[in-house]
Amino acid sequence: MKRLLGFYIFAVLVLGLGLLFPDDYYVTVVGTTVIQNIVLAVSLNLLMGNAGQISLGHAAFFGMGAYISAILTTRFGINPWAAMVVSAITVAVISYLISKPILRLKGHYLAMATLGVGIIIHIFMVQADSITGGPDGMSDIPGLSILGHAIEGDFAWYMLFALFMLFVVWAALNIVDSRAGRALAAVHGSEIAAQMVGIDTARVKTHIFVFSTVIASLVGSLFVHQQAFVSPESFSFFFSVELVTMVVLGGLASVFGSVFGAVILTLLPEFLLVFEDYEVLIYGAILMIIMIFLPDGLFVTMKRNILHWLQKRKGAENTEHPSPGMEG
Amino acid sequence: MDQFLQFLITGITVGSIYALVALGFTIIYNASDVVNFAQGEFVMIGAMTAIYLSGKGMPLILSAVTAVAVTVVIGMLLEKLAIEKARNATVVTTIIITIGASILLRGAALLLWGKDYYGLEAFSGEEPIHIGTATILPQNLWVIGGTAIAVLCVKFFFDRTMLGKAILACSFNKRAASLVGINVRMMLLIAYGLSAGLGACAGILIAPITFMSYQSGVMLGLKGFCAAILGGMGNSTGAVAGGLLLGILEALGAGFISSGYKDAISFFIILLVLFFRPSGLFGKAGTERV
Repeated sequence: MKRLLGFYIFAVLVLGLGLLFPDDYYVTVVGTTVIQNIVLAVSLNLLMGNAGQISLGHAAFFGMGAYISAILTTRFGINPWAAMVVSAITVAVISYLISKPILRLKGHYLAMATLGVGIIIHIFMVQADSITGGPDGMSDIPGLSILGHAIEGDFAWYMLFALFMLFVVWAALNIVDSRAGRALAAVHGSEIAAQMVGIDTARVKTHIFVFSTVIASLVGSLFVHQQAFVSPESFSFFFSVELVTMVVLGGLASVFGSVFGAVILTLLPEFLLVFEDYEVLIYGAILMIIMIFLPDGLFVTMKRNILHWLQKRKGAENTEHPSPGMEG
Repeated sequence: MDQFLQFLITGITVGSIYALVALGFTIIYNASDVVNFAQGEFVMIGAMTAIYLSGKGMPLILSAVTAVAVTVVIGMLLEKLAIEKARNATVVTTIIITIGASILLRGAALLLWGKDYYGLEAFSGEEPIHIGTATILPQNLWVIGGTAIAVLCVKFFFDRTMLGKAILACSFNKRAASLVGINVRMMLLIAYGLSAGLGACAGILIAPITFMSYQSGVMLGLKGFCAAILGGMGNSTGAVAGGLLLGILEALGAGFISSGYKDAISFFIILLVLFFRPSGLFGKAGTERV
């Protein structure tokens, strides 16, 4: 109970917001985008923060899920849920196949390779217009329904996205605290040392890569049915970089850090109208300043300082029972 | 065959630009172990500044020199304000810092010049020169010639001058270099300035052929990175060869396969190189230190 306390509070908050303000634009419309970005950032962070494998192509997998769902449902009339599963399986197979050669690479080689994969997939979306609709994209994509009830309206979509996001956050928290999570942390620390203690590093990295791309694909499918429209613009290299910014802003390897990063960076442009012209500039500045001065991320640094402060106060009141520090 | 010649001319022209960008990458990589994702932005800033100044009525040569100087200063600022502050950062961290720098510079360019595309006047007219049935613009010759001169100057600088050798010494071993009295910080600053200057030259040379906007640096930078990997990261001869090769392959691919997939072809080549020969065409295979 205590381990997942933060998660339960978060779940109540997310669902409660939706129930209390079902008609509020910022909660159910902007909120749905926030939730979508939380899913993407959390899944990317498992790869970047926990396994230490940088990816500059995450948006492409999000896009693959979206496009495969769009194509299967509009051109072949397949049930959206079945299409979603097919997209996820396709993405899993593709990412499994490319994970072998890609995850052998390190540092900037890995950055270049993931970037290359992302750009190739994006170019395909733009150029293969007989399949993808080209730069204009595809429209009239059907919505989703559960047990015969069509999901309609912002509130219903918000709740669906929220439930999926909570599942992903819950899964991520559990992965981090599991045997696999500790293996990941070991791989991040030193791959050779991890091999020495008997961890099959290639397998661990492959698993987490496939898992994180499948999550991105699933949220891509949800996104495309909610929007009823898809175009390549949503899945460019720049969006991949934006996702990396969210992860980094919150803090590598911190699940709630990614939640924090996604919330802040999705809401900022909404609330600051003047932000529009400066958006690119501010993104760049945030990325640089955080990485130079707070390489652990804003959320993680704040949390550490608060815990430290609480502990000091507690220690001052009752020196006989110093409480152990909480990390994670 | 004539078509082939025409594509070859295009390829060598574009390849020259990639070669300059790749050479800039290599200088920074050797000096500081940083892969500078903002390299393409140096190209864009050089080109845009020159275009802006010559548009304001400044003579072409003067605008070009000023643009290079401005870019050199920006390169040095990047080193001083960002890279130096994050000296002990991991590879992933420095990658993200330079990506941040590239976004920041792009954002600044967007504020200054908007989203429009601008061209620069050709250095010496637009009268095409015929070679058989293929044609070549005077500007293509400027690009190829300018690149050749720049590459030779860089080679001379590193092989024959004390300053160049001092920078090389830093790239081999910073501590040993500082022990023999080399000001390592200063050398890093010069390396970043030199690399930025090369990028600016590339931008100014190519601006009359391809129109430039605040976003033009992204692809050029990434292609330069591809070229550097193709040639073998850290190898300056390899970087130049890689740039030319990539330019030619891309032009042939665009001409004979599909122009829409031109960029995809480059990245596909790079993936193949990374998968099968990560040390590049001219690099030596290395082993990882624990």
